[in-house]
Amino acid sequence: MFRQILLVLILSLFSVAAYAGCGINSGSVRVIANDFPAIHAVGDAAKECDGGGVEISINYNKDHKDIHVAALTANPAEFTSSIVANSTFVDLHNNGLIRPLNEYVEKYGDGISKNQLITIDGKVMAVAFMANSAHLFYREDVLKAAGQNPPKSFEELLTVAKAIKDKGLMEHPLGGVFKSGWNVGNEFVNLYLGHGGELFKAGTAEPNLNNAKGVAALNMMKAMTEYMNPDFLTHDSNANQALWEGGKIALVHLWGSRAGAVTDGENSTSEIENSTKFAGALTVGGGSTPAAALWWDGFVIAANIPDADAEATFRALANGVSLKMAQANQEKANWIIKGATPTAAGVGVSATAQAGAHPYPMVPFISSLHGAIGSEIVDFLQGKESAEQALSDVEAAYITVAKEKGFL
Amino acid sequence: MRHRTFVSFIWPSAFVMLLFIAVPIISVGVQSLFIQHEQVIETVENCGPFGCKQTQQINYEATETLRKEKPLGRFVGLEAYTNRNHLALEEVKESWGTANTYQEFYKDIMNLPFYKALVFTLTYTAIVTPMVLILGFLVALSVNRLPSIFKGPTIFCSLLPFIVTPLIGALILFWMIDADGIIGGTLQIIFHNPELSLKASPTLTWITLIIYGIWHSAPFSFIVFYAGLQTVPKETIESAKIDGANKWEQVRYVIIPHLMPLVIFIALMQLMDNFRVFEPIIGFNASANATSLSWLIYNDLRGSDGNMVFGSAAATSFLMIIGVCILLTPVLIRTWRSYQKVS
Repeated sequence: MFRQILLVLILSLFSVAAYAGCGINSGSVRVIANDFPAIHAVGDAAKECDGGGVEISINYNKDHKDIHVAALTANPAEFTSSIVANSTFVDLHNNGLIRPLNEYVEKYGDGISKNQLITIDGKVMAVAFMANSAHLFYREDVLKAAGQNPPKSFEELLTVAKAIKDKGLMEHPLGGVFKSGWNVGNEFVNLYLGHGGELFKAGTAEPNLNNAKGVAALNMMKAMTEYMNPDFLTHDSNANQALWEGGKIALVHLWGSRAGAVTDGENSTSEIENSTKFAGALTVGGGSTPAAALWWDGFVIAANIPDADAEATFRALANGVSLKMAQANQEKANWIIKGATPTAAGVGVSATAQAGAHPYPMVPFISSLHGAIGSEIVDFLQGKESAEQALSDVEAAYITVAKEKGFL
Repeated sequence: MRHRTFVSFIWPSAFVMLLFIAVPIISVGVQSLFIQHEQVIETVENCGPFGCKQTQQINYEATETLRKEKPLGRFVGLEAYTNRNHLALEEVKESWGTANTYQEFYKDIMNLPFYKALVFTLTYTAIVTPMVLILGFLVALSVNRLPSIFKGPTIFCSLLPFIVTPLIGALILFWMIDADGIIGGTLQIIFHNPELSLKASPTLTWITLIIYGIWHSAPFSFIVFYAGLQTVPKETIESAKIDGANKWEQVRYVIIPHLMPLVIFIALMQLMDNFRVFEPIIGFNASANATSLSWLIYNDLRGSDGNMVFGSAAATSFLMIIGVCILLTPVLIRTWRSYQKVS
C-alpha cells in the first residue's frame, strides 16, 4: 500500500514537472501588448510555458496600437498575438488579421468561461481577461471634513467639490483625465453615453452629436473644469494618479486600473491611501445609466501565421490568463477570469458594470469620431466658442476623415 | 573641372538623392490624390463580457476585393487639399461672405485646423529666426572678448541647450512650469494668482514655446558666428580703429558685413527648422493651445487607436513643402544675386 502511494506521488510529481512547460512542445509565441502592470502579470504567467521547444517573447509597448496592424498584416505576421482592448480589437478584426478561436477554446479552454469570449456572428475572435471603466475615486477624510456624502451623480460631484473649495480644504478638489486629444474625447463619450446619447445615427456611420444631449455633456465638462487645476488640458491618467497620490485632489472619475496603483503603499502617504475609497461610475443629467463606458482587455491570435504557432500561442496565453495568475495578482486589475473574486480595488468597475453601463462602441468608425471629438471640443473648454459650434466642428472634422477612410 | 570628372563624382550622391528624396516625395504627392475605398459595412451580432449587441463591422472580403481591383484607392484629385482639414476653401469662402468684421473672419479661420496650425507655425518662425540670429551673435561677440581661460568652459555651457535632446529639454521645462512645478508655482506666488498657468492660456503657451525655441537654437547660431569671428582680419579692425571707429561702428561696418554669408546660412537653416517645429509641442503637451503643420501630419499618422489617414497626411506634407519653398525664395534669390556679383 505504502509503495503504491509513493508511486502515485512520484508519478504526480512527474506530471507536475511536465505541466510546468504547459505541455507545449513546439512553436513560436510572439506577443505584442500594452505596457501596464496587469498586462505584465499575464505576460509573466504566459512566459512560464517558455522552454522545451517553445519560444515565448512578449513585447510590451505603449504604442502597441500604432504598430499592431502593420505587424500583423505581414505574412508571416511579426507577432502571433496582440493584447487588445475593445477599441484596438476593431482595427485588427476589420482588416481580417485575426483568426477564429473556436477550435482552440474547445480543446484548451477549460479555464475560460463563456463570459470571457468575444463572439462575432458565432465565431470566437478574442478572449477577454480584465474589465476596466472609469469610476469614482474619493477621499473619505476630506469629504467628511466638508460635511459631504460621496456623490452619486455628476451634479452632486459639483456640489461636493464646491463645498470642499468653499471650506478652503483644497484649491482644486476635482481631478479629471482631460488631456487634449484622446483623453478629453473619452470624457465626452462617457458623459454623452450617460445622457443616453447615441454617437451615430442608427445603422450608419453618420455622426449624431450635435443635439441637446451633446450640449449638456459639454456643459457638464465645462462646469467640472471650474474646480480643476488650471492645467487640466495637459493632465492624462498618469498626471491624475500623481495628483491623487500627492493629496492635491479629493474627487476624480478615473480608470479602474488605477485603483490598485493608488492604494499600493507606494508614492503616497498612508493617510491618503487609507481614506481613498472607490465607488461605481456617476450618473449624469438625471439618467440611471452610469456615465462611463465599459472596456475589456483580451488577446487575439493572428491570422497570417502557421497553425502550429497559433495553437502554441493560444495555449501559452490561456496559461497567462489562468485563475492562478489572477489570484496571485488580485490587486492589479479587475479580472474577469473564471473563479476570480473582485477585490477592494475592483469594486468600482464591478459596481459600474452592474449598474448597466454601456460597453464602449465596437464599430469601425468610432476611432475617427473619438479623434475628432478629442481635438475639436478643446476650444469650447477654453471658452473660445459655443458648445453648438464645437459639436458642429466635431461633426465636420469627422465627416472629412470618414469620407477619406471610405465610411461615408 | 571636366564634365566627365564632374559627373563621375556627382552621380552616387545624385542617385541617392533621387532614390531617397525625390521618389518618396513623388509617392507622397500621388498618395495625396487618392482616398480609401468605400468600406462594405454589414451588421453582425457581437457578444462579450457585457452582453450581446448588434453592431456594424466591415465586410473584410468584399472590401479586400475592391482594394485588389484598384490598389491605390479612389482618385479624388485635389479634394484632400481643399477639404475642411486642409485649405478649407468652402468654409473660408462662406465665412468671407457671412462675417461682418475682419475679427469675426479671423475667428472663423482660426477654427479650422490647418490655418490654426499655419498661424502658429508662421508666428513661431517669424519670431524665433531673427531672435536666434541676434542672440547668437551677441553671445558670440561676448565670448570672443573673454580672457582665454574662461573661453572653453563658457563655450561648453552656452552649447548645452543645443546638446540636450529637444524632447527631453522640453519635458524638463514642462514639469518645471506646471502649476505645481517650481517655475509655475513661483509665478503664482509672485502674481498672487492661484489660477495663473503657463499651460492653460494660449498666449502664455505660445510665449513659452517661442522662448523655448530661442533657448534651444541660439547655441547653433552662436557657435557658427563664433567660428566666423575668428576669421575677421585683424588688419581691417586695426585700420578701422585708426580711422576713429568706436566699438559699435567696428561691429556695424566691419564685423557684420564680414559675417553676412554666415547670417544667410543660419537664416536658411533656421527658417527650415522652425517651419517644421514639432518636438516642443509634444514635449509641452501644447496641442490644445498651439499646433504646427508638422504636428498635423503626426496627428494624422498616429491618431488614436490606429486611426490613420494617409491621404490627409500626404496633402499636409505637400502643402508644407510648398510653404518651405515660399519661405526660402527671398533668401535664395539674395544668395543667387550675391554669387552673380562675385562671378
